[in-house]
This record gives sequence, structure tokens and C-alpha cells, in this order.
Amino acid sequence: MEYLPNIIFAVALLAGIGFFARNVKKLARNIKLGKDVDVSDNKSQRWKNMARIALGQTKMVVRPIAGIMHVIVYVGFIIINIEVLEIILDGLLGTHRLFSPLGAVYDFLIGSFEILALMVIVAVVVFWIRRNIIRIQRFIKPEMKGWPKTDGNMILYIEFVLMLLFLTMNAADFQLQQLGAEHYHRAGAFPVGQFIVPLLDGLSEPSLIWVERTAWWLHILGILAFLNYLYYSKHLHILLAFPNTYYGRIKPQGQFNNLESVTKEVKLMMDPDADPYAAPVEDDTAEPEKFGASDVMDLNWVQLLSAYTCTECGRCTSECPANQTGKKLSPRKIMMDTRDRLEEVGKIMDANNGEFVSDGKQLLNDYITQEELWACTTCNACVEACPVSIDPLSIIVEMRRYLVMEQSAAPTELNNMMSNIENNGAPWPYNQMDRLNWVNE
Amino acid sequence: MSEQLKVKTMQEFMAEGKQPEILFWVGSAGSFDDRAKKISRAFVKLLNKANVDFAVLGTEESSTGDVAKRAGNEFLFQMQAIMNIELLNGYEIKRIVTCDPHSFNTLKNEYPGLGGNYDVVHHTQYLKELIDKGRLTITGEGYKGKRITFHDPCYLGRANSVFDPPRELLAKTNAELVEMKRHKKTALCCGAGGAQMFKEPEKGDMDVNVLRTKGALETNPNIIATGCPYCNTMMTDGIKAHEKEDSVTVLDVAEILANSQGL
Repeated sequence: MEYLPNIIFAVALLAGIGFFARNVKKLARNIKLGKDVDVSDNKSQRWKNMARIALGQTKMVVRPIAGIMHVIVYVGFIIINIEVLEIILDGLLGTHRLFSPLGAVYDFLIGSFEILALMVIVAVVVFWIRRNIIRIQRFIKPEMKGWPKTDGNMILYIEFVLMLLFLTMNAADFQLQQLGAEHYHRAGAFPVGQFIVPLLDGLSEPSLIWVERTAWWLHILGILAFLNYLYYSKHLHILLAFPNTYYGRIKPQGQFNNLESVTKEVKLMMDPDADPYAAPVEDDTAEPEKFGASDVMDLNWVQLLSAYTCTECGRCTSECPANQTGKKLSPRKIMMDTRDRLEEVGKIMDANNGEFVSDGKQLLNDYITQEELWACTTCNACVEACPVSIDPLSIIVEMRRYLVMEQSAAPTELNNMMSNIENNGAPWPYNQMDRLNWVNE
Repeated sequence: MSEQLKVKTMQEFMAEGKQPEILFWVGSAGSFDDRAKKISRAFVKLLNKANVDFAVLGTEESSTGDVAKRAGNEFLFQMQAIMNIELLNGYEIKRIVTCDPHSFNTLKNEYPGLGGNYDVVHHTQYLKELIDKGRLTITGEGYKGKRITFHDPCYLGRANSVFDPPRELLAKTNAELVEMKRHKKTALCCGAGGAQMFKEPEKGDMDVNVLRTKGALETNPNIIATGCPYCNTMMTDGIKAHEKEDSVTVLDVAEILANSQGL
């Protein structure tokens, strides 16, 4: 029975990590539903981007208030994880404050964690106020109703409670140390916890131990639960921001990809030696390649990774000229819709032994309307604004390609513009022979 | 209209067995749009002043296909691109200058993948280069005391990181440069990009160009400068929507330079 807590801890830890691993596998499977894309180029530039944008948070601080607050929570999260390592080892080994022999270094570490924890609490409260009291525009757009709103607040509550548990645990420990309780040897500095101590004043030693143990267990179980909450939440960005900034755009923003499938056909069409009646060389049982995207499987896997990476901050949408002028387009919604549809496809696969069976729905029209797609000015403001290198514009363009090339469903005015180009080499109905008239006018 | 411009076509260069220093890609707007034609003329006046031996394609030029590509018609874009590339490669063109950031972007970034590799510059970059090399001098104080705000075209600025040349050119005129709140990387679009120029906007509560000109007017300018024929149209219409067309003019950087030299 002596080892019961160790065993319970080990089981909880394994279950937490195991369940998370299962979700990661599902995530990887869903992302791989996307088309292949070559991102093996410019490795050193890609590593630099990841270091600068994800690790270094350079794009977050473009908006200083939210940016600095975010850096606090981010640094707090990473550094306090050193403490989580000690907690896990203590849990498995049945020790108490395993790292305390580090002495002064340990005191410094615990002291810093406490200060960071307090700063995280302050930042989280400010974030909550921005979302719920000040109601900053980008947090209350139509796509933020329901689960996205709940999710945003839920993350803040969890972080708040976890930090509070950490500080409570320390405060009770500190009090027990001062009472000279068994096992609670002098270790650590408690610059913040000491202010919680008066609240515990008058508690007996067993009660204090109960408080300390409860806080300890809830803290670590809370962390394991939070880890597993990630998959169901926009909070996945804490992991995926790293690969996403690595695989993100490195070409000039204005450069759209040239569709290879189209090049093949155009070259064949324009080749004077091509025999128009020749039988196609390719295997004619193969399905002809679809132009553009009408569903998530038509997008590439980096675009799908981005959909899971999006943390719904809405910086893209707040910079979007279409959205700012009251149009339905919201680049954030493009990413959220892509993710939600991909999740839906994943669930269908789960229910059908890993096979996708059409549910009669698709990303186009069922999630993203044509009105949204046609409102885009392709100005790249959304791409520039994203703190984790997401490119919503590339998805919009893929879907426009499907509409135009597979469905001939462009707005009439655009069809006129395109037939002008076809007929006379200009988007307006002017004669190509008049192209030089401007010189003499 | 005014004095004769010196403009030679590639065919004429070929007939003489010569190569131009640079090809001026006029673009569909620069060739046909009444307002944009003035920009083409102003730019050519500067080229003539600097004695640049340039060529145009004239009636052989055709749409780059850029707008078709942004609209989603990759097919039409590649047809245009491959046709243009055959022509350009046939003439052994090495260097291209254009007043249209959309042509600039697609020629520079998207044509290479289809076999068209050229050194492509925007006219503001090229004019800056001419000044730096001492081939073009900008003198006089015609714009002294004028407040100019520069609107960054998306496909020049954000998309290709060309922010300084147009500003440096404007500074040569001794005008007072004022920046809008959203400029350079965070500049707001004029509303014409992504083929919006050719269609009615979707339902909303304002037009993008009206919002952008609002930002420009907040700087109390005499002139809104830009470097794109489409931005020019949108900003001009935006000024009218704010009923400021009597006090604020929209001009291309090339026009401002040409005006400053009395060209």
C-alpha cells in the first residue's frame, strides 16, 4: 500500500500521455489527407523563420499590449515546465522536491517560477477582460460565437486555476516547512506564496498536508487534462506554431503557385506538333486531376496543418479590407472552416474503418460561401498579420480556381473580363492593334 | 496632344539589329485606361529626358494574365504567360520595367516557373536607379511646401517589399512626405486587387477605396501619390466619395517627377 500513490500517479501519467498520443496520431492522419507539397527547400531559412517567429514571438509583439502579455504567458508556460519535470519525478519516485539539493539555485528557480506564475495570472486576467469586458472587435465577430468563445475563455480559466494551484501548493509547503513538519524540509523561496500563507493560518499540520497534497495532485492532473484538451481546442497552436512557421511561406507574398497540371495541358494545346487526335498516353482509368479545391482533401497538407495551428486570434480578420468594410469574408473563418470540415472528415473516417465515405458535404458552399471567396482583394494583409505564418489567401485562391475552372462559376463581370483577355489580350474590350495609341494621344 | 514622345517598338529595334537597354512593359491599363495612359506618358518623358534606349512591344504586347490568375483562372493565365514568354524570349529580353505592380509581380515571380526569366523592376526602382547613376536629375522646388502621402500598392509593397524607392523619389521633389497610419507592410489595400477592379464589390457597409482614402485624408495631404494604375483609379474615386477632389489630387510618382521638371 505504501506505493499506492506512486502507482496511481504512474497510471494517470501513462493514461494522460497515451490518450494524447492517440490524438496526435489522428491529427497527423488528418493532416496527411492533404496533397503533397514540396517544402524541402531553403532549410536554413525555414529554421530561421521558426526560431524568429515561433520561438522568438517576433510577430506577436507587432501589437505590443497583446504581444507582451502573450510573451509572459508563453515564457511562463515553458519555464514552469521545468517545475513540472520535478513534479513528475516526485510523483513517480515518491520523493518530495527532488531538485532541492540544488540549494540556492533551487531557491532561485522556485522563486522565479512563483513570480512568473503571478505574471501569468495577471496576463490571463487581462486577456479575459479584453475578451469579455472590453469586448475587442476581433473577439466578437460572428465566427466567434458558441464553442470558439467558450474555448477561448476555458483556456484562460484552466491557466488561471493551474497557476493558483501551483502557488497554493507552494504556500502550504512553505507553512509546513516553517512548522517543521516531517518530509517538508526547508527548500525553495516563495516570494509570491508567502502572501497566501496568512490565508492558511491556523490550519493544523494534517490539514496543511491535505491542502498541499490536494493542490499538488490537482495541479499535475490538471496539466495532463490540459494536454488532452489541446486537440479539441484552438490551443493546439502551442505545439503546431513550430512546424507551421517552419513550413510557412518563404517566397514573396505576391507569388502564387503555378498549377503544374494546367501547365501540362496548356503546353500541349500550344504545341504545333501535338496531334489533337492522338490517344492520351496516360492510363485512362486514372481520374483526371481536379483543378483547385472544393474540399479539404484538395488542399495541400501545409494548408491543413495551418488550419489546426490557427488559434483564432483574429489579427488577420482585423486587417482584412473586405472584413473592415462589412463584407462576409473573414480570413480567420476560412481557417476555422477548413479545420472544422477536416475534423468532420476525420470523424467520418473513424466511423468507417479509416475510409472516407462521402457525406454529401464539402468545404465549398457547406462551410465557405462563394460570396466570401469573391470578396477577397488578394492583398496579403491577412498573411502579413498572422503571428504563426498561416496563409489563408492560398486557400481562397485554390477555391476560386475550382469555381472558375471546374464550375465556370465566376461572377458575370469577371467572365466578361476573362473573355476580353481571351479575345483581345486585355481585360477591357479594346483592340490589340490600338495598344500603342497612347503614345500619340 | 503635347510634344512627340520617343517610343520605339521591339520590331524596330530588331529591324535595326539592335537591343534596347530595357523593355517597358506598358500593361493593359497603361495602354488603354485613359488615366493610366497619362502615367505611361509621364514615365516615357522621364525616360526620354534620361536618354534611355528603351523599347515597347506595342501591338505585340498582351495581358500578362495576372488578373485572370487572381480570379482563379489559372488556365487563361498560363496561356497568356506562355505566349508572352515566347515573344519575350524570342526578342532575347533581359530586363523589363513596368508602371504596374501587378505586371511587375507576375513577371518577376510567376513567369520564371514557366520559362520566363527576366530582371524585372518597377518604374520607381528604375527611376531611382537613373537618378543614382546621374542619368536623370531632379531639380527645382515646384513641390516645396506640398504635403504628399504615398499609398503603398499591395503588390509592390507587402507582396514584394519595395517600400523605399517611391518615397526616395518623392523626397527629391522637396515635398513634405507624410505617412498614413497604415503604411508599408501594414498598408490597407485600395480595393482593386484580386480582380475586384473588374467587378462590383460584395455587399458590405462601405467600399474599400473609401476607407483607404479616409486614412489618406487624415494626413491632410495636397497630393496622394501612388505607383499603380489601379490604385490610382480607386484613390481618385475615393477622393470623390469624400468630395475632396477640388483640394486633393491623386498622382503617380512618375507624374510628380515629370511635373516637377516641367515635362
